[in-house]
Amino acid sequence: MQQQRDRVTIDRVTKYYGEKLVLDDVSLSVAEHEVVCLIGASGSGKSTLLRCITDLVEFDAGRISLDGVSIHDESFGRNGLHKRVGIVFQAYNLFPHMKVVDNITLAPRKVHGIPREESEGRARELLALFGLDGYADSYPEQLSGGQQQRVAIVRALATNPEVLLLDEVTAALDPELIGGVLQVIKDLKGQGMTMLIVTHEMGFARDVSDRVCFLEGGRILEEAPPEKLFSAPEHPRTRQFLQRIIEAGRL
Amino acid sequence: MSSRRPTPAAAPAGRTLSPREKYLPSVISVTSVVLVVLVVRRAVISAEQWPRIKAQFFNLDAMVDVFPDVLAGFGVNMSVWAVALVVIAIWALVLAVFRSLTGPWFAPLRVFSIVYIDLLRGLPSLLMVLLFGFGVPALQIPGLPRSSLFWGATAMVLSYSAYAAEVYRSGMDAVHDGQRAAAKALGLSQWQTLRYSIVPQAIRNVIPSLLNLAVALQKDVALLSVVGVRDAVREAQIYTARTFNYSSLIAAAVLFLAATIPMARLTDYVARKDRERRLQRTA
Repeated sequence: MQQQRDRVTIDRVTKYYGEKLVLDDVSLSVAEHEVVCLIGASGSGKSTLLRCITDLVEFDAGRISLDGVSIHDESFGRNGLHKRVGIVFQAYNLFPHMKVVDNITLAPRKVHGIPREESEGRARELLALFGLDGYADSYPEQLSGGQQQRVAIVRALATNPEVLLLDEVTAALDPELIGGVLQVIKDLKGQGMTMLIVTHEMGFARDVSDRVCFLEGGRILEEAPPEKLFSAPEHPRTRQFLQRIIEAGRL
Repeated sequence: MSSRRPTPAAAPAGRTLSPREKYLPSVISVTSVVLVVLVVRRAVISAEQWPRIKAQFFNLDAMVDVFPDVLAGFGVNMSVWAVALVVIAIWALVLAVFRSLTGPWFAPLRVFSIVYIDLLRGLPSLLMVLLFGFGVPALQIPGLPRSSLFWGATAMVLSYSAYAAEVYRSGMDAVHDGQRAAAKALGLSQWQTLRYSIVPQAIRNVIPSLLNLAVALQKDVALLSVVGVRDAVREAQIYTARTFNYSSLIAAAVLFLAATIPMARLTDYVARKDRERRLQRTA
């Protein structure tokens, strides 16, 4: 896989929640087909960064661009950005009153005007691909947490996004269900999906990412390939963080 | 929607109840209730004033005499109720949606909704019914209906919609923020988010509370009698004015209870189902 131009560019982004500084002059870029993991303690700003990229929260300074075009550029129209960048949340956030297939086809049908038949066909293909055939007509609450999260990933993929953002997608899952979801993400990497992943699964971050960023207090303290960051971290805070993870038996 | 229902718990193994243990509590309950009823009945019947009370309030002949009129009036009550219910359900939802809109362009709708709810919740329904039921027909504006029934019912709808709108709003607030985030991330507009995600879930959240309002409305439609609508209460009053016998009002009361008690039971049932559904989801 060849490393190409930058897909997502985050340029000196700063964000306050009221008085609290959550992103402090963060710069980061993700190249095409690249997988970047964000690690760090809760409250370090990882999730906020993902939400800034999809315009779910506004940032106070800096610029985020997709293929060099600011995400606030008019050329994206009302939903161009959301078609090209998908996001999956920790709590799945599926629509509980809709069948799985309707969850997946809602945006294609209502936002992008794809006919029901065509979008349902694609949804069923994707479900089969992710080991979920037979669940199209179930309601989310009838599925296990792992299955729900895979449905949420399928929903994010239904519009063929070029970039996928994953926000602690395994944090709410029982341990035995995590593997299935992580495998799906590894498969996506294999298909060349550009991904920015917030995770607490260090083993997974090491396996799947091309680059790992350690965040603390809203700043990227260290950024390195996984083999380097996990075995020979430079920054003392990174070392401390990884040490605690190891002691907790999670690496 | 389908949901896993817990299988009924089997009797715990190793312990069978003897007939005595099984039936004694029920026997005691039934006997004690019957006893109390008999004692109270005896006390009432033996009271000195009972024959007068019975003649004035529970005169069977008078009830039979007035029943067709009261029943016809009750038909008016229930028709007004049914129509008002539908209109309130829709209008209140519109108000709640107005109030939930964000963005500067929607400010007029938001302000309208807030002022409307404040005013209409703060005014007695009786005042509204008098104002609309007598006031508007008196204006004799060409093109507007002049029936007190229509304007009285409109007053009830306006008044109850303010309450129902607040119920809807609480239901919308109860929908998790993640749903809005997910909808926005998928590219849904504000309207689409409300239409496909928030409102359907909100309605499910508030059905028990709305049914409660429906029960309250079921009896409050009798307020229309004050503007001359010949509903059950009005018919009963006409009879009372003619005969000085109040049994007609008791007949109307029985009809109202026959309608409201089953409605209240239905509300309890729906609320219980709803609670079970929530428990299952969090489990």
